Amino acid sequence: MKYFFASRIGIIGAGAIIGTIAALLQYAGNPANMGICVACFLRDIAGALGLHRAGVVQYLRPEIIGMFGGAFIAALLFKDFRPSGGSSPIVRFFLGMLAMFGALVFLGCPWRAVLRLAGGDANALFGIIGLVAGISIGIFFLTRGYSLGKKQPLSKKAGWLLPVFWGVLLLLLIFQVKPLETGALFFSASGPGSLHPAVWLSLLAGLAIGIIAQRSRFCSVGAIRDAVLVKDFHLFSGLLAFLGAALVWNLLLGQFRLGFEGQPIAHTDSLWNALGMVLAGMAFVLAGGCPGRQVFLSGEGDMDAAVFVMGMLVGAGLAHNFGVAASPGGVTLAGQVTVILGIIICLILGFTNLRGGETR
Amino acid sequence: MKVVDARGLSCPQPVVLTKKSLEEGELPFVVFVDTDASKENVTRFVRSRSLSCTVQENADGSANITVGK
Repeated sequence: MKYFFASRIGIIGAGAIIGTIAALLQYAGNPANMGICVACFLRDIAGALGLHRAGVVQYLRPEIIGMFGGAFIAALLFKDFRPSGGSSPIVRFFLGMLAMFGALVFLGCPWRAVLRLAGGDANALFGIIGLVAGISIGIFFLTRGYSLGKKQPLSKKAGWLLPVFWGVLLLLLIFQVKPLETGALFFSASGPGSLHPAVWLSLLAGLAIGIIAQRSRFCSVGAIRDAVLVKDFHLFSGLLAFLGAALVWNLLLGQFRLGFEGQPIAHTDSLWNALGMVLAGMAFVLAGGCPGRQVFLSGEGDMDAAVFVMGMLVGAGLAHNFGVAASPGGVTLAGQVTVILGIIICLILGFTNLRGGETR
Repeated sequence: MKVVDARGLSCPQPVVLTKKSLEEGELPFVVFVDTDASKENVTRFVRSRSLSCTVQENADGSANITVGK
């Protein structure tokens, strides 16, 4: 049982279940083609906390808290909870920021890229092409000795911080804490941030995803990376099952509409859909996994993955405050400049962290 | 026997280091990993190359994977 989800049938089952949950969350009230989007939901959390003031994307998404909590519980139960850290935390923080910039120009993390495709949004194809390209550039560095260094084991007790952090956010949400009349928490009255099911439903869905993903090591970026790097299609089969399940449920529930124009929370600028995901893909590979995987790893006590997640949170705030994030209206000049600079920074990070034989 | 110490490294570096050692051709060698995910990844990779490997689990959750022979 302990290793069931790590088997081939297990990862396919995990992908299918997560895809099903995502499609059902949309049916239950989450925004269209956004049943689960780690980037968008972290962005909404940043909004709820007031790290940005984009009024339409502010909600303390319980799915993320649940995903962390599920991974944390599963890691404790199956003895995978091993606090560790210290592998270039600040580089990972910036990679998290850059990944968020790229994802918010495309309008979605890799999970949402697949969910958009499963909803018939053809623009997602360009995002996925960009993602594969970005991952391939990351692999160029991996095969040449790229490494952010070894993380060090920490005491088990040192792992209390992150569960408390997410627990506090959950309490803030449940009790709708708002110390200042005009201050946080912020909740969207309209737009994507206002669309969500009941807190308990989102939380339960997140918990289920967290448990399954922790056991199966489900990772959307690892799926493509392993397929390209070592022709290992294990994780990729999980990603395909994720796509297939979401597609079937979308068809059954009438959530599928094929085309480029007028897709929900998407724009039609193919070049920047692709380039945004080139940036995100590079940053994810250089940090070791997709944003979902980073959340699950942080649940296992990986403090470096947690730093990446915090980088995404801060990046989301900056992306909206500086007009980097795209909207259904299109991509801003600030977004375009940031993506190009971000790609250059990732290239420099790649070259400057080649260690040759040092990792041996 | 040659040792590849992949403890503390992010995905997919344990696999990349194992691959590099396989390409250097000196068998058997041993890979140290410290997470279940790395253990699964390395053993799956080695077996996909039609090579055998044996896993010795340690009390602290780490594992020594002996590749080939």
